[in-house]
Amino acid sequence: MVNNIALLTDVPILNVQLLLDGLLIGAIFALAAYGLALVWGVMNVKNLAQGDLVIMGGYIAWYLSELGVHPILGLPIAIVLMFAFGWVVYFLIIRYVIERDLFTSLLATFGLALVIQQLLNLAFGPEVQITESGFAIRSMFEGMVTMADIKFIALCLAAVLATIIVTFMKYSRMGQAIRATAQDPRAAKVMGIDTGRVYAFTFALNSAICGAAGVLISMIWIIQPFFGMSHSIRSFVIVTAAGLGNLPGVIIAGLGLGVAEQYAGFVLGAELQQFSVVALLVAVLVVRQIVQGRRRQAVQ
Amino acid sequence: MTSKRVQILLHGGVLAAGIIAPLIFPNYTLQIAVLWVMILFAMTWDVMGGQMGYNSLGNIFFFGAGMYTCVIVQIGLYYDVAKYTAASGMITVNFTPEQYFTGLALGMIAAALVCAVLAVILGWIVFGLRGPYFAIGTLGIALAAGELFSAWEYVGGGGGIALPVYPGEPDDRAYFFYLLCFTLAVVTFAVLRRIYASRFGLAINAIRDDEEKAEGMGIHTRRHKTVGWCISAFFLGISGAIFGNMIGFIEPLEVAFPTVTFGIFMVVMALLGGKGTMWGPVIGATLFHAFKEVTWIHLLGWQWVALGAFIIIVVVFFQQGIMGWIQDKRPHWFGIVVDEAGAAREIELEGAPRRTGAAE
Amino acid sequence: MTDMIEVEGVTKAFGGIVANNDITLAVPEGRITGLIGPNGSGKTTLFNSIVGYHPIDSGSIRFEGAEISDFRVQQIARLGLLRTFQQTRIYSKMNCVKNMLISVPHRHESYATIFKTYPPEVTEKAERLLEFVGLYEKRLLISGDLSFGQQKLLEFAMALMNEPKVLLLDEPTAGINPTLINGLIDRLKRATREFGITLFVIEHNMPVIMGLADNIYCLSNGRVLAHGTPAEIQKDGRVIDAYLGGHHAVDSEESD
Repeated sequence: MVNNIALLTDVPILNVQLLLDGLLIGAIFALAAYGLALVWGVMNVKNLAQGDLVIMGGYIAWYLSELGVHPILGLPIAIVLMFAFGWVVYFLIIRYVIERDLFTSLLATFGLALVIQQLLNLAFGPEVQITESGFAIRSMFEGMVTMADIKFIALCLAAVLATIIVTFMKYSRMGQAIRATAQDPRAAKVMGIDTGRVYAFTFALNSAICGAAGVLISMIWIIQPFFGMSHSIRSFVIVTAAGLGNLPGVIIAGLGLGVAEQYAGFVLGAELQQFSVVALLVAVLVVRQIVQGRRRQAVQ
Repeated sequence: MTSKRVQILLHGGVLAAGIIAPLIFPNYTLQIAVLWVMILFAMTWDVMGGQMGYNSLGNIFFFGAGMYTCVIVQIGLYYDVAKYTAASGMITVNFTPEQYFTGLALGMIAAALVCAVLAVILGWIVFGLRGPYFAIGTLGIALAAGELFSAWEYVGGGGGIALPVYPGEPDDRAYFFYLLCFTLAVVTFAVLRRIYASRFGLAINAIRDDEEKAEGMGIHTRRHKTVGWCISAFFLGISGAIFGNMIGFIEPLEVAFPTVTFGIFMVVMALLGGKGTMWGPVIGATLFHAFKEVTWIHLLGWQWVALGAFIIIVVVFFQQGIMGWIQDKRPHWFGIVVDEAGAAREIELEGAPRRTGAAE
Repeated sequence: MTDMIEVEGVTKAFGGIVANNDITLAVPEGRITGLIGPNGSGKTTLFNSIVGYHPIDSGSIRFEGAEISDFRVQQIARLGLLRTFQQTRIYSKMNCVKNMLISVPHRHESYATIFKTYPPEVTEKAERLLEFVGLYEKRLLISGDLSFGQQKLLEFAMALMNEPKVLLLDEPTAGINPTLINGLIDRLKRATREFGITLFVIEHNMPVIMGLADNIYCLSNGRVLAHGTPAEIQKDGRVIDAYLGGHHAVDSEESD
């Protein structure tokens, strides 16, 4: 471990590789986390199936590419399919969970996560998969840093998607209805907003966002039916650190998590990379508690 | 008085069934032993989740911690643990029966105590978290523990660690561990029953119903939370110690810290039976275990999907649980007095609406 | 006559809004002290400051002469300074007797007593107090099933069970049927007389507080506007202005 830290200071160029990898993957984490912040903020659903929706999106892209559809073309298809899937899930499960106690949504979406990952396992098998995009891999700094073009493309796509979502939330009627419902569902209802439709749309939108993130992850990283939980945890880390309704915070926390994870993987070894994600979650929760907990405070 | 007789019959019946079951179904001894562990899971989860209103998703942490504590004590008493695990089962170590049982007994005690201490330490961290953050935080701790032990070479890392071999016939071994599981579950039930009837039980119920009010009335909320968590951890630790020895091999993610399986099942079992009741977790665990075994036999390949769907249905549509449902229908069975006539009279008498005055 | 609570120069602001501004007042032992003021004048904020729900910005709060302004809720409650809530708070899933049992004073509890059961005397006392507030018949009902007024009475009985030295009551008569108010006032007075509990009461119902309190503080815009006996307060022009000023458009139903 100490050796690895020494290596980072002796060969500073390694930092460039870690930072680049971290930031590029972190941007996609932020995308999925934004979806979580959306359903959490608007309908108070803490979605533990978030990561499984991501993985599901990834498998759609992978399956399409096996059929000969390029993943970049697969992206809009995955978005549409996942949107529809989210809508169905909303009407089957999520609508019964809204307005229930905090714990219900966690457990119900956990059950959903179990179903999704097992269905993926049955459909595609437990092997680790990568969606081949066929872009070049270039090396820089005399081969010390390698970077696949697809990672930059993924970053650009993530940025484009984020811009579309933000514009949509700001200017479209549905986006405004979502924001109004998030602030005060009762008032929104009184004003004639069909909150049930807003909730359904929000969850479907989240599902689509996750699907898009999954497509990108399948191209620049790996997917496997049981990787969903760690993606869910990542989303929770980011949202907890950034808070709800804080888009810049989500982006910064997402990028930070990506970098932190790369460094943890390098310094502590690959077998502790998963641990570092979860440990970060606990750490973020504790820090949040310390920041909030003044000496005298009423119970929230 | 009849309710007392029903109680005695019920307790006696379960006890008798527990003792006779492995004699009637000798081939299923270990499966029934696992059922008792499941019942213990649900009961210990209910201390926090049902009675205190703190829904932990990471109680399984103590199960694994107890398991590892026990094995380290069992082996460490007579050998070098690091050497033992480095050989990864290549050296067969023979424990004399005396060594085996001493190690197991001390290991179980150590597991219980270490877990209780861990509960105090972790409680210090997590009891500041509220609502969903508590659930996510505890889940995080259990997941982190699994990953950490996977990387800890001293206890065999992801490759796991083999336990000392039971000195005796396989049938005796099964019955021995069956009795340990059964006894532990019964003792846990008795202890919980006793403490729920004490002022501790009332205090944790008060925390569940309105923690702010409980604080306002001067109840030592943090102390009660810590003690409740310790009791859960204590029994879970012992159950882990027994379970590890029963399986004979510890692996961090599947056996010791099965957070996303047993860790969540314990919650669902308690919910299914009815959280916050004495018998709910017992009934829920039994039904859940039965459902699981049946799907495992008949729905090969689809069993996990069925289980996930089952969890969703229980959580979303049947959260009051079986006992909660009966309590709704037959409150007098539980000594709950419902005076409908009186309540109606009151409504007539006091037409005053509930004020929703804005807080100043 | 000593003062149980001494509030001195307490200021509390939420963001830019100063809810309490340099408040100084005293609650004498064995008496009933009233606290009135228009909505938003800072009464509940002051209560919350005294019992430790939030930190104060400056000033000092003393209970029996000892500084408590940085104590937390539980510590203050165990000292014998208790409050009830404007929105009644009881443990709604337990029956009334259990609600009472759990309200015993927690001053002398330790890890050694945590698993003890309550001796019969405690249950008897609980039932006696339930009788005192007129809920004996309902003692085995689940408290959440009681009417709002009864829940208020139960909360009051729970507070008595806790054997406080000082009890802070936030609008005890709000939402209670007018026909029951006299009975409640009588019990509040008896609580002071028979159990020796000092009361500090926020009340909007003017006839009630005038008949109940020995002396009254009036808050307005976060400051102490007036202090005196009920008769003095009733004549005080500033108090009348504050109420009318605060209720310009609205019919001031609570003050007549």
